Order: sequence, then structure tokens, then C-alpha cells
Amino acid sequence: MLSITGLTCLAGGRPVLQEVSADFAPGALHVIVGPNGSGKSTFIKAFAGDWPVESGEVRYDGIPLPQLERTALARRRAVMSQLPELHFPLRVDDIVMMGRYPHFSFRPSRQDTEICREAMDRLSILDLSGRDYLTLSGGEKQRVQFARALAQIWDAPAEGCRYLFLDEPVSSLDIYYQHELLALVRDLVKANIVLVAVLHDLNLALQYADRMLFLKQGRVIAEGEAPAIVKPELIREVFQMETHVLANPYGHRPVVVYG
Amino acid sequence: MRTNTISFGMYYGVLGILLLLSLFISARVGAVPISYDRIFRFLQHAVGWGREAGGATIEERLFLQIRLPRVVLCAFTGATLSVSGVLMQALFRNPIVEPGLVGTSSGAAFGAAFVFVMGKSLNGAWVDELGPFLLPLFAFAGGGAATWVVYRLSNVFGKVNVNTLLLAGIAVNALAAGGTGFFSYIARDPQARSIVFWNLGTLSGADWSNTGIVGFTTIAGIFLSLRYTKALNALMLGESEAGYLGVRTARLKRRILLLNTLMVAVATSVVGVIAFVGLVVPHILRLLKGSDNRFLVIASALLGAILLNLADMLARVIVAPSEFPIGVLTAFAGAPVFLFLLIRAGRQQQKGGFYA
Repeated sequence: MLSITGLTCLAGGRPVLQEVSADFAPGALHVIVGPNGSGKSTFIKAFAGDWPVESGEVRYDGIPLPQLERTALARRRAVMSQLPELHFPLRVDDIVMMGRYPHFSFRPSRQDTEICREAMDRLSILDLSGRDYLTLSGGEKQRVQFARALAQIWDAPAEGCRYLFLDEPVSSLDIYYQHELLALVRDLVKANIVLVAVLHDLNLALQYADRMLFLKQGRVIAEGEAPAIVKPELIREVFQMETHVLANPYGHRPVVVYG
Repeated sequence: MRTNTISFGMYYGVLGILLLLSLFISARVGAVPISYDRIFRFLQHAVGWGREAGGATIEERLFLQIRLPRVVLCAFTGATLSVSGVLMQALFRNPIVEPGLVGTSSGAAFGAAFVFVMGKSLNGAWVDELGPFLLPLFAFAGGGAATWVVYRLSNVFGKVNVNTLLLAGIAVNALAAGGTGFFSYIARDPQARSIVFWNLGTLSGADWSNTGIVGFTTIAGIFLSLRYTKALNALMLGESEAGYLGVRTARLKRRILLLNTLMVAVATSVVGVIAFVGLVVPHILRLLKGSDNRFLVIASALLGAILLNLADMLARVIVAPSEFPIGVLTAFAGAPVFLFLLIRAGRQQQKGGFYA
């Protein structure tokens, strides 16, 4: 369980998050949506521990974030950021193995190697394992990063839940892999994992989210169960777009059409 | 699907054998060639075995007091410069960085030149107290200050700007080289007056005491570097990603800067500025095997020792019985590699990688 209360964060002296409170429980896929510059990425960074918190509190299983030991936290909290930039040639399997870094001191165990192999298998990137990361396409890179995040929190800790935060995980994927990756994320709902993702595409969010949180100018505008929460009035307020929310004749989740 | 099936261990083995070979060949050649069987005999004598009556000959003394420390110092220097190249590249997350470029070497040379020339005017008990460590200490201070300035200038919001880095490096290098030039201008000692000594590097000052100091920091530096290789690997993904993997990035960066400065400053205070070693050696290894820092630290130490030994051998041979400044040789070999990397960096900017 991830609890955030009254979180305020600054960027360049200007508040980018103001008094944000939210509870993210395991067993549901939480999707954060909002316009560009609404503070989505800062929000993820802040509760993941990569952004200074001005005021407010983040608690993992009831324990305040500053009291958590970094490596111990890294064993059960993985973050997939928007595509990291690499300047060195690295093999795909070496990058996935980095997800196991918090789990071994110098040499990976056989179990670590096996976990990396399974994580790559899940993302169907086993055939890429010997390739140079820099030669991959954007979509392939994104799947490699997701495999790394999965490998990092592969095994359940003795107590407490695992946490997986995804910042625009499908931004460079084609529609096939977008759905494949999000279906994979949905599968993780059954495990005891707190899942939080930032998505740009409202229809993707509608199709996969259990709960949605709408951010605008660093404030939470609405939070609630999807798809019930998604109304044209809310979308107008957050995105300044005229939309219609239609029942989907081919599925049980509605779709948003624009204009 | 492995692109490269040769294991790290095999690389270490091959490089280790090549290092031994290069040490022997380098010990053999010079103004006075010494044959291999004599080298073996002298080495046996040195460890106190099979010494004949009658004491050491001039040739033996030349070998043990001049040739051998020089060869060993050269190996340590090559190892230190290459490993610090690996560290700096990992820290700046950029393969075109090396201690000569970011000011560590020239700053250290400035600190060393200061002690060399002004040392006699420094008064106080602490000067005597420090003794042989006075020179490395000032070199450390100079190298550290220069590196810190370049790092702070080029690191904007957690991202290293390559253009700023190169420009800041040029400015700090020019400043330090100017200061060193000033000291060699006002120096009375003919050795210190030689600007060649500071800016082009030479191993001719090798003796067992400075070889010991450089050797100690090199070996300690390599062992300490190995402790950070995993964290430095994670840093390749970016500072945030490394943090998510449990790395304390701010602390890591401080320690790497310190470690790098220590290794380079001590070597530079003895041999002067030898540029581009830290650039070329890791680059060759990345092309051969990849960028895993766990591999690069050990392999760079070995390959750096080999290559600098060969360079020094060449420096002693081509204008024998005089000697060529080794820094000129490394510049001839290294500058083209640097330009090549720079051109490639320019071309790859859109793709976001240097080796893609």
C-alpha cells in the first residue's frame, strides 16, 4: 500500500505538485492522466524517492519513505522511466541484469540469471538478449526496460507488497506491443503489487485501468473507479477538449471520441 | 545469440601474458641494451638468490636502479591513467572524457610544479612532516580543484553537456598549463625549467621511492574502483535509474571524483602530463568486449600498462641515446582517436549514442 498525503514539490522554485494526496493499493491498476506539464512525471519521481519533497509524506506499507533503506526499497520497488538515454554500447541481457543489482553484491547468482531469462521471455525479447541496446528500435528498448523493471521485483518479499511505477511505458510502442505490454501489466494485478502507470492515451487508460487519477497543474482534479469516473465534463475540465464517451459495442469498456 | 563468447577471464589471461612480455622487452631495450639472460640473472640477484662474489656490475646497477623502476613505474602509470579514464567516462556518462581533458592531469601538474619550484620557500613544520608526500599532496589538491570546476560547470541539472564540458576543460587546462609555465619560467632548477617535463611527460625521473608511491595508489585505486563498478554500470542508465536501483548517486559521484583525482594526481606528480591514455585504452576494450565496468577496470589496467610500456620503449629507442617525450607519442596516437570519437558523437547525436 502506497499512501501519499499533502505532497508538495518544487521545480526551479515553482510548485509543480500542490497538496497532492492519493492512496494506491495493490490489486488494481492505477493510471495517472493529465495534460503535458501537469506534474505526472514529477509525481512518480516524488513518491518513488527521486525528487525532493517540500512538504507532505509518502508511506510504503505505512513506513515513511525517508526511513526506508535504499537497497531494501530497490528490491521491491521498480520504476520504468521515460526512455533512458545511453551513451555506451551495452548488451540487452546486461541491462536486464541491472534489475538484479540490488539483489547481489558482485556476481549474479544462477537464480538471478534465470530470473532475467524469464523476464525477457515474458516480454518476448529473448532473441534480442545478445544484441547491442543502442541498435534497438524505440519499442524494443522500451520492452527491454520493462523486462529490467520486472526482473528487479521478480520475487515477492517476505512481508509487504511490491511496487511497480511506469512512466509512459507504451509511448514508443506500436499498437500490438502497447496492448501486449498493458495486458502484461494487468496480469500483475493478481500478484500483490502496487501498480501505478502514467498513460497519455485516454482510451488505453479506459481499457486497462481499474482506477484513474486526473492531474492538472499539480493538483488532483478527480480520482476514482474506471471507467465510471470518465465523463465528458471531467475531460473538458482537465484537457480542454470536447469529447463524447461512447459505449463500446465490442467490449465492456467505453471509448472516448474527440470533437 | 552471444555476440562475443570470449570470457572476461580469457581476456585477463591474454592481457596478463602480454603485460609480462612487454615488461621484459621494455626492460631489455634502451640506451644500453641488456640481454634477457642477464635480466633474469639480475632479477635473481635482486631477490637474493645465486649472487656471485664481487658485487654488482655497473650494468646490473643500471638495470636495478634505473631501468627496472622506470619500467615498473611506466606500467603503474599506464594502469592508473586508464582506470581513471574508465571512472571519468562512467561518471560523466560520456566515452570522450579522460583525465587529461577534464583538467585532472594539468591541475595536478600545476600543483606539482608549485611544490617543485616554490617548495624551498614553503616554511613550517608541516612541510618537513610531509616529506616525500608533499608533492603528491599538492598535485592532488590541484587536480581535484580543476576536475571539480569542470564537473560543476558541465553538469547542468544532472545532465552533462558535452560542449560545455569540452570548453570548460580547455579553459581549465589552459589556466593550469599557464600556471605551470609560469613556475617553470621562474624556476632555477634546470629539471623544473624544462616545460617538456610537465606538459609532455617523461618517465626519466623514476626511482624506487616514487615508483612505490605510484604503485601503492594504483593498486589501492584499482581495488577501490572495483567496489564501485556495479554502481557505475547502473549510472550508465541515468542518475534517476541508478537511484531506483539503490545507488546513492550523489555520494558515488563524490567518491569517484576523489578516487580519480588521487590516482591521476599521484602519477602526474611523478611523470608529468601524459594525455589520451585514459581515452584510447577503454575505447579499444569497449570495441572488443563491451562497456561492463567490472570488465573495463581490470582490463584497462592491464592494457594501459602494456600500451604505455610500449610507448615508453619507443620513446627510448627512436632517438637513442637521447629520449623522446612520451606525451608526444601518446598524443600522436590518442588525438586521432579522440577526433574520431568526436566526429562520431556529432553524427550519433540524434540517435542518442556514440557507439550505435
